Amino acid sequence: MKAQGKAFRYGENVDTDVIIPARYLNTSDAKELASHCMEDLDATFVKKVQLGDIIVAERNFGCGSSREHAPLAIKTAGISCVIASSFARIFYRNAINIGLPIMECEAAVAGIKMGDNVSVEFTKGVITNETTGERWSAEPFPPFIQKMISADGLIQYLQQEVLS
Amino acid sequence: MSMTMSQKILAAHANVDQVRPGQLIMADLDLVLGNDITSPVAIKEFAKFGIDAVFDTSKIALVPDHFTPNKDIKAAQQCKMMREFAYDKKIEHYFEIGQMGIEHALLPEQGLVNAGDLIIGADSHTCTYGALGAFSTGVGSTDMAAAMATGKAWFKVPSALCFNLTGKLPPWVSGKDLILHIIGMIGVDGALYKSMEFTGEGVASLNIDDRFTICNMAIEAGAKNGIFGVDGVAIAYLGAHCKRTPLVFQADEDAEYERTYDIDLATLRPTVAFPHLPDNTRTIDEVGQIKIDQVVIGSCTNGRISDLRIAAKILKGKKVNPTVRTIVFPATQEIYLQAMDEGLLKIFVQAGAVVSTPTCGPCLGGHMGILAEGERAVATTNRNFVGRMGHPQSEVYLASPAVAAASALTGYISNPESIEE
Ligand code: SF4
Repeated sequence: MKAQGKAFRYGENVDTDVIIPARYLNTSDAKELASHCMEDLDATFVKKVQLGDIIVAERNFGCGSSREHAPLAIKTAGISCVIASSFARIFYRNAINIGLPIMECEAAVAGIKMGDNVSVEFTKGVITNETTGERWSAEPFPPFIQKMISADGLIQYLQQEVLS
Repeated sequence: MSMTMSQKILAAHANVDQVRPGQLIMADLDLVLGNDITSPVAIKEFAKFGIDAVFDTSKIALVPDHFTPNKDIKAAQQCKMMREFAYDKKIEHYFEIGQMGIEHALLPEQGLVNAGDLIIGADSHTCTYGALGAFSTGVGSTDMAAAMATGKAWFKVPSALCFNLTGKLPPWVSGKDLILHIIGMIGVDGALYKSMEFTGEGVASLNIDDRFTICNMAIEAGAKNGIFGVDGVAIAYLGAHCKRTPLVFQADEDAEYERTYDIDLATLRPTVAFPHLPDNTRTIDEVGQIKIDQVVIGSCTNGRISDLRIAAKILKGKKVNPTVRTIVFPATQEIYLQAMDEGLLKIFVQAGAVVSTPTCGPCLGGHMGILAEGERAVATTNRNFVGRMGHPQSEVYLASPAVAAASALTGYISNPESIEE
């Protein structure tokens, strides 16, 4: 499994209120949410993002509200992976639960600029800046979470493991 | 191996004797919460299970509090979806408008939280219930859906930070000032993935509402949960609200904490978090002249009866500054009624404030007090992110009810000590 695309580079503490402002939460329609993704932080994001692109941000990405609308908006906007120095915990579990790949790697974040072409190999945890040629390895997921991802999210995983 | 209080509750619910930090467990839940924003997503996910019934109709709470009374047609549709699900699945604890309140004030008040419980909620401030010695934490809608189906959730066992409290809070300084001080000290990710456990002889002097406020904002430091030991104050509250017998878990004497912070409550000052992060704190003495347009007193952080009493004490017999829109939100119907009985609502209205029905309203920039471009609010809420209360170029200053009420009178962020009684 691999992702490749251009990087949208942001700072630290990108909160779920700027990822998807509450004024748009009167719907749970993923496409509608995606059309406002990152609006209060980067009004050009929605216009520029292309399928496969990657968000790269500094520490504590996704802090704040538990709204799953945030990873959902990011995923539906076409983002294939979020790389951050660290993730806020609810965002972390939401992303895993809905199947939005995320990677924690501080070194990669430091070495990627806005617009760089970035690729990620999920199974090996390897992140490459194709623009500069730099390469980093990130911590792979623990087996429990890998199982969940390969089951395509929490619901399917639980159907297999718990309800059967 | 020794365990913290949070670890003991998790171990008990995973049916094991022992857990260690970092371990992934599947645990049984005592309560699953959702609101009108997060439940619709969860209900759609629940449908994917292809099962008819929820795991236990008495262990799910659904609260329409964010965009209610329905703000617009879309919000009405979301609430309708939640209401129909609640009726269809025979959910016992669905709270219609008229019975509802802001979820994190409502659930403990309705006796749905017990000491020793393991609770998840599709709302980040679910961590509030740690005030009663429960392990409670916020999750997303898919977790909520899975929990409604199975009664279980996965957890990574957290390590913990210990906050050892001594002394007593000075007059006009509250639990809000303490938690803002702590967040300012450790940062918005200072407790990331960890538990915040509050102990020490200073705890005894904190009333239950202060403890709710403190645990409520644990998430603002990135924590998984915040928790207090169960003492007489907690037992008294539980006795008045919860029918179940409290299950008291105590941290082992030699429980391991990643770090212990000693805080003398007597040294704290009224504290304000400046835009746009809750850790951007200053004491009231360092605030300077900040002119404001709106004051919001309420929310799951500070909309409880003791918060309203403090605000009323400051506003009694006075008028708010005519340039400040002052909005008071009692957090539940019961608090509303109590405030009415005590004459607090009259004090607010006479002072020129408005009093709203319980709702999240402006706290998340939903409705009932949205800020325009360039406007500033002092709010007793818990988040001051960009655009949180309205326009992306508006500003929110987080403070205690005392600071908020004092600021409403002067039109500037003000020290409650400077207001003459
Ligand atoms: S009052 Fe504010 S923080 Fe509390 S549940 Fe409502 S929106 Fe969330």
